[in-house]
Formats: sequence, C-alpha cells, structure tokens
Amino acid sequence: MINKILAAPAAALADVRDGATVMIGGFGNAGMPAELIDCLIAQGAKDLTVVNNNAGNADSGLAALIGAGRVRKILCSFPRQTDSWHFDRLYRAGKLELELVPQGTLAERIRAAGAGVGAFFTPTAFGTRLAEGKETRHINGRDYVLEYPIYADYALLKADRADRWGNLTYRKTARNFAPIMAAAAKCTVVQVRETVELGQIDPEHVVTPGIFVNRVIKVL
Amino acid sequence: MKRLDRNQIAARVARDIPEGAYVNLGIGLPTLVASHLPQDREVIIHSENGILGLGPKPAPGQEDEDLIDAGKAPATILTGGAYFHHADSFAMIRGGHIDICVLGAFQVSAAGDIANWHTGEADAIPAVGGAMDLAAGAKQVFVTMEHLTKQGESKVVERCSYPLTGLRCVTRIYTDLAVIDVKSDGLHLVEIVAEGLSFDELQRLNGVALKYRAAA
Repeated sequence: MINKILAAPAAALADVRDGATVMIGGFGNAGMPAELIDCLIAQGAKDLTVVNNNAGNADSGLAALIGAGRVRKILCSFPRQTDSWHFDRLYRAGKLELELVPQGTLAERIRAAGAGVGAFFTPTAFGTRLAEGKETRHINGRDYVLEYPIYADYALLKADRADRWGNLTYRKTARNFAPIMAAAAKCTVVQVRETVELGQIDPEHVVTPGIFVNRVIKVL
Repeated sequence: MKRLDRNQIAARVARDIPEGAYVNLGIGLPTLVASHLPQDREVIIHSENGILGLGPKPAPGQEDEDLIDAGKAPATILTGGAYFHHADSFAMIRGGHIDICVLGAFQVSAAGDIANWHTGEADAIPAVGGAMDLAAGAKQVFVTMEHLTKQGESKVVERCSYPLTGLRCVTRIYTDLAVIDVKSDGLHLVEIVAEGLSFDELQRLNGVALKYRAAA
C-alpha cells in the first residue's frame, strides 16, 4: 500500500545532506512551509543552496534558516525587503552568494527542470545586466536569452490538503511556486493542513498529482 | 504651473484602460490606478503571484494570510477570479496575454527603453521581481513617473543612464506634466496635463525632442 503520509515530521528531512539544493515554496509568507523549515534548522544541514522568490522576511521561516547561517547561496528574484535584515547582513558581509533571476525566468527554469526541458530561450532580460555573458539568439524577429533549468535535491512546500498518494490542493495565492517546485526536485516534501482519504479530493480538483510528491506531513 | 499629484496621474492612466482589458499594475503609483477605474467598466487585474480578478483591499479583520497581492499586501479576489501557479502566471505575461502593464520608472528613453529596477549604485542590494518579464511580455507598457528628478532633470531621456529593465518596450508615458506616446519615429506629445504649462516650456524641461500635431 502506498502511504506518503509520515507520522513524525523529523523523518521528513532526516536525509538532507550538507551542500544540498533546496527549493522552498512561498511568495513572502503565503505558502511558506514554516514548520518544515523549522525541521530543517533542527536537522542541521548546512552550505545549502536555496531557491525561493525572496530571501526571507523578519525572523521566522526562510529568514531564520538564513539567519542561522545554513545557506551558502540563494537564487531568487526579490531579496531586498524592508524586513530582510538577515539576508542583508550576510550578503553585505560576503557570506551569502546571490543569483538574481527575473521572477518569470525563475519560474520557467524551475518548470523546465520538472518537465525535462534542457534549456529554453526567453525574451526576458535581453540587453540587460541580468543577461550579461549569456548566449542569445534572434528568432523570428525577436531577441532571446538562453536559460537553463534549476534542479533541486529537495522541495519543501506547503499545501492545503493531501491524500496518501500525495495528491495536493492549495489555498488561494499560497499555491505560487509549489506545483512547479514539486516536479523539479528529486524529493518533494509537503506540509499540509489536512490529510484526507483517497477519493476525497475530486480528481478534477487535484492541482499537483501525487507523482510529484514523495513525503507528506500534517501540521496543526 | 500646477502639476498632477499621484492620484491624478493614476486617474489619467485609468481613463485609457478599456473595458475587457487584462491589466497588471506595478507596485507604488501604478497600484493606485485600480481605484480610479470606473465602477461600470470590467477590467481584469492580474497579480503575478497568481491571481486574475484582483479585488480591492480587504476590510480590517477580513485579511487572509494565504491571499496577498504581488506587493505582499492583503488582497481579495473578485467573483469570477482565478488562482494559478507561477509558471502559468508568467506565461500570461511573457506569452503576450496581458494587454497593458503599468510600471514605475527611474528613466524612459526616446526609443522606449525603461530603467526601473536598479539605481546603479555599487553597494545596492539588487532586486528585480517581475519587472523584466512584464517589460518584455505585456502587449502595451505604460509608465507612470514624475517627469523631473528632485534636481530638475528630465526622466525622459535620449539614453537611459540607469541599468535597463527592458529595451524598446514602453508604449506610453504618463507624468505629472504630460502624456507622451513612444513611437518608432520618436516621442509624440498626446496631452499636456499640468495646468498652465506651454508646449515650449514642456519641450525645454523634457530634454528630448517632442513631436506634436494639434488635433484637426
């Protein structure tokens, strides 16, 4: 019998190694898997490469992981916020590497990894600093920049409901990067508000099919 | 001369957004455009974090932490709205499905280049968000900004000195002084909006040559 729902949250991230690439869902705090991040902090893995739209807000969640000095590099589109002080401090001290990626290119690079696409040409950022040194091509009258997928060892995500096969639904804008990150990571770990029996999620309403999900934990 | 204030600029932009348009509004002044759209005009606002049909701010006490806008402020969704993930959201933008985006800017060039993401200062922490995707992908890019810097220099320039966000993408500029179209043969004045400002004075302040053909 397939059962991706784990009883103990600690088991969900026990095998994360130092140096791993970890995608973390969420746009700001909407969809951020705060309990899974707390688990990762407790687990102790370091030198992590983190993929998220932002670089943490205030002192909890991703900001706490950064503040704890566990992150070596971050790929994101918008690190600078009024309350991104943990990122700001380490970045200015040269202790945190930043790869700044336009938001849509970030999403598409993640999508490409999950979809088995080797690279793609996008018009975004052509002629700007963020395309410097990148291969370009003129196609059908437009200029494009070559971008490569972002793969990850783990994706830490927050969803609303899951069944034991790992089918997921989300709540409102908390969905954001989760469905594409689920497909892009070797091991996708999801915290949910509610676990339900098979069949309680209408197949028409499944947003992320369980094939993209490895582990589920329920948080209160 | 009496310049438009931020709300008046937003109201001027709102006048040009037609029924049925899919629109993305940037953070800051562009966000104000939503509150100036006429009640009887159906315009669908796209928020790049994953909403079509963005509604007004929620009433105090009605906020939902899972429902925010692209500026991370509490939001609502209109009846008929939809949620979607980020790759779909940026497919809407990059794929040319957004009719109009409204962006703020540091500078716009005569060719329609826009600079709005980086001041160019060496120690600044850079952040770009969706600005480059919107500049590259929206069918029309409207820019709102004050016409002059605090030092009195025109933000409409021959060539941008700040790092670029996108090339040859701006279609119309709305400032506290004027509305200007960017066309392949240069800048065309649509309307002077500051009270008591003559064309000659606007031309002197603007720095870049403006074409103007009075309505017949």
